[in-house]
Amino acid sequence: MSNYRLSVPERVARATPFLVRLIIQHPMETGFRLDAAGAAITKNLISEIVCRLDGAEVLRMELSSGITANPLFEFYAVADKNCELVVEWQDDSGVHASARANVQVAD
Amino acid sequence: MTDRRTFLAFAALPALSAQPAPAQSNRFEADIGPLIEKLTGGKPVATGRVQMTVPAFAENGQSVPVTISVAASEGAVKSLHLFAPRNPRPNIANFHFGPRSGKAAITTRIRLAGTQTLRVIALFTDGSFGSATAPVEVTASACLDMTAS
Repeated sequence: MSNYRLSVPERVARATPFLVRLIIQHPMETGFRLDAAGAAITKNLISEIVCRLDGAEVLRMELSSGITANPLFEFYAVADKNCELVVEWQDDSGVHASARANVQVAD
Repeated sequence: MTDRRTFLAFAALPALSAQPAPAQSNRFEADIGPLIEKLTGGKPVATGRVQMTVPAFAENGQSVPVTISVAASEGAVKSLHLFAPRNPRPNIANFHFGPRSGKAAITTRIRLAGTQTLRVIALFTDGSFGSATAPVEVTASACLDMTAS
């Protein structure tokens, strides 16, 4: 199970970009490191993260080992009605996870 | 007989005909030219139109904050591509902006394998490119056992 934090403002203004903050607890193992016995530690990266708002894509990220462990992302989305923000990701070990947040548009 | 002047003239030829070397801050940096070429398809890349903010000095290469943004006045952005020439995998990340993206801006934290000059390429929806570079001095490099020189 993947631990994460996804935050959006409590209320957002219609058609105005709002900040989305995503942190995923993940080692982002590069595959370059060795364990104490000198054996290579298997690469395990989150290679792709897709963020959608009401089904339409906000941001799609292709990541490499150059992203830190417990990756953080801050980006913007724009909504014109109350809807759900869904972030999905998958890592090299086959773990598929998603995060959801409700976006409330203030009138 | 080849006198000194003729010799010097010929010796200078390869230097003149060679392509201008890409700006590289040190010998450890890989040539990311082919990677960028693959991305742009040989189209010209303008300098500017995109901003990249990184600290000039990073104490720890394991986590360096980076912010990339494009002003709305520059036009709609399709994608941003971040490169770190000295990293074992230089193409750190690609960000593709969709129809629900509020603005072309992203903040994240990256790993850097030593002092180098980061480069970001922005692809606009009209097919044009922008770019920005930012030098970062890294005191303690990210841990890379198998690639340590």
